[in-house]
Amino acid sequence: MKHVITALVQNTSGVLAHVAGMIAARGFNIDSLVVGRTEDPELSRMTVVVVGNEHVLEQIRKQLEKIITIVRVRDFKEIDYVERDLMLVRVSAPPEKRAEVVELVNLFRGRIVDVARQSLTVELSGPEAKLEAFVDMVKPYGIRELARTGIIAVQRGEQRAKERNEKENS
Amino acid sequence: MSKSTKTTSKQAKGYAGMTGADLFHKMLLAEGVEVLFGVPGGALLPIFDSLYETPIKFVLTRHEQGAAHMADGYARSTGKVGVCIATSGPGATNLVTGLATAYMDSVPMVAITGQVTSALIGNDAFQEADTTGITRPVTKHNMLIKRAEDIGRAVREAFYIARTGRPGPVLIDIAKDATSNILSEEPDLETNLPGYKPMLTGHIRQVKAAAEAINASKQPVLYVGGGVIISEASDILNKVAHRGNIPVTTTLMALGAFDESDPLALQMLGMHGTAAANYAIQECDCLIAVGARFDDRVTGKVETFASHAKIIHIDIDPTSISKNVKADIPVVGDAKDILEKMLPMIKSKGRKDWLGQIAKWKKAYPLHYDTGPKIKPQQVIESVGRLTDHDAIITTGVGQHQMWAAQFYGWRKPRQFLTSGGLGTMGFGLPAAIGAQFGNPGKTVIDIDGDGSFSMTMGELVTAVHYNQPVKVVVLDNCYLGMVRQWQEMFYERRYSATEHPCPDLSLIAEAFGAKGIRATDPGDLDDAINEMLKHDGPVVLAASVEPEENVFPMVAAGKSLHEMDMGRLV
Ligand SMILES: Cc1ncc(C[n+]2csc(CCOP(=O)(O)OP(=O)(O)O)c2C)c(N)n1
Ligand SMILES: [Mg+2]
Repeated sequence: MKHVITALVQNTSGVLAHVAGMIAARGFNIDSLVVGRTEDPELSRMTVVVVGNEHVLEQIRKQLEKIITIVRVRDFKEIDYVERDLMLVRVSAPPEKRAEVVELVNLFRGRIVDVARQSLTVELSGPEAKLEAFVDMVKPYGIRELARTGIIAVQRGEQRAKERNEKENS
Repeated sequence: MSKSTKTTSKQAKGYAGMTGADLFHKMLLAEGVEVLFGVPGGALLPIFDSLYETPIKFVLTRHEQGAAHMADGYARSTGKVGVCIATSGPGATNLVTGLATAYMDSVPMVAITGQVTSALIGNDAFQEADTTGITRPVTKHNMLIKRAEDIGRAVREAFYIARTGRPGPVLIDIAKDATSNILSEEPDLETNLPGYKPMLTGHIRQVKAAAEAINASKQPVLYVGGGVIISEASDILNKVAHRGNIPVTTTLMALGAFDESDPLALQMLGMHGTAAANYAIQECDCLIAVGARFDDRVTGKVETFASHAKIIHIDIDPTSISKNVKADIPVVGDAKDILEKMLPMIKSKGRKDWLGQIAKWKKAYPLHYDTGPKIKPQQVIESVGRLTDHDAIITTGVGQHQMWAAQFYGWRKPRQFLTSGGLGTMGFGLPAAIGAQFGNPGKTVIDIDGDGSFSMTMGELVTAVHYNQPVKVVVLDNCYLGMVRQWQEMFYERRYSATEHPCPDLSLIAEAFGAKGIRATDPGDLDDAINEMLKHDGPVVLAASVEPEENVFPMVAAGKSLHEMDMGRLV
């Protein structure tokens, strides 16, 4: 099972190393880890996609909370959220195949951000499944280079995130 | 405890114009530091210059590992924060074992390391090490300070984090120029820890659920860990146990939290625990874990551990709960607070059948050894217990002697037994004893050590002599790395690979270091030798030549269930 966890972290040196070190030392299996700035210059947001069962999710969430420079942790286990992953992919597209590739890009609502004689670079964002489906479709043409940001996520609407610590105590 | 993330606002006054080192020194005084253990070095020169005329007692150690264990022993025995200091590079790397030892056993400590000048950081400068990188997994928190203005805040944060919540070591790595630079403005001393919210009070609904489960149970057991000692919850634990007539077993880390002369005491559980404790765990219908973490040395085969029991887990660290064994009723918070809330909810019960069963186990399978022509190691511990009225502060190394000390001393009071439980650090005993002696002047402090463990840090005997600390060392001298030898005997067909070692006369080494040395070889002379040691006003090493191939029993082999104990020759 994949789970999405986000953490607000203080912008101090070493916080990323700390999180990465903790994950490695405890043998957690993660799919991606993204860090970016927030509206508050003192805080960044990390989004971690964890692979494992409930027990693993619980432990990783608690271990993250234990890190002093992590301000708040939330997991999206029981709440609805929006996730996005951004991909840049350079696909082989010689003149005779270009129209087919462009059609696929349009079907997936991707954007062509660079055109060269033998290839096209496509920008595509969305949930993971969509990106993977696109990759499957363009594979036969030849993927020259591919980069993805990993998932970022925010909750939908105004629901309250489950504060599991409180639940444990109530 | 309020949920506020900032400690009381401190408007710094009068610090501008002084050096970072002087500010650092002032901050240590403000935190109430009485004693500081360490070794100086280049990166620390400004700090040591500022400490030249300090009311803080500075203890120069032989090795930074010794400094860390001394700070640790001081902290474990007093409950105060222990402080140690080491220079950059090798000084800092020498601290690592001591930090890891303190981290595993949740000991409140602050370690200060010098770092190369900030402009050189990252350049592989002379005596540069990535200290915060190296120590991150073995500290509760650490920080690298590059500006004089940040030193005050860092020290306040470090002490606050070290002693609150689940305590632990905090390291501050300070660049040399931050200590030599002059503060151009008043520093901001306010702590900035928005993510640090140590949860202290237990939720009343969970406490109620736990009390109800205890009241409904027929065969409950209290499984008590080091958290009870840390939170000073021994008295309230005693009341809860007696009110509910609940037998109590203590982990290695909790020895002393419950008086072993009490009829409800089961003594230690786990790999070398008593049969009564281990059977009680396996048969109980309600296990109340307090400040314990279900370590593998305690649970044995985890699937079969207390498998009939409803499990209540009281702990301040949410990550400990349901990590190894799933808790049916988790209660997050400070053990003392939770037990205090729980006491009035506990129904007084007779539990005749259960206590009767336990009495039978105790009678059938007592801790036991045979005497012989040579001194038995267990005999030494029993004698030390008797001749010190079970009142001394005892430290240990790691190995068989540590387990025999745990089994045979007769523990009465919290903070009486200081041992490296989580990391199992040989060499902890002597420096920890010295640290404990600094924190407890006038008290009898004894390191019960192994010949192997003692050799690892025995240089600190010079420190004891230098500062006139009358620590006693009793070495159970078996000329073996005994615990490893025991496993080789039991599981590797007596192939003693690298466990026999040269055995110098440790009493002579003690004399050469300026301490008193005594050797005991005859069981008939043992009490006299111990009395001679206790009477001497100064450091003493008593080397007792013991039966070399004695084994520790009972023993639950690795991977076995607690009830599958090997009782040794007894049965
Ligand atoms: C620093 C360190 N190195 C190695 C070990 C592994 N080890 C555990 S017990 C032991 C033997 C200890 O020998 P000694 O101190 O003489 O105690 P004894 O078991 O003989 O009582 C060893 C080598 C350890 N625990 N710590
Ligand atoms: Mg030995």
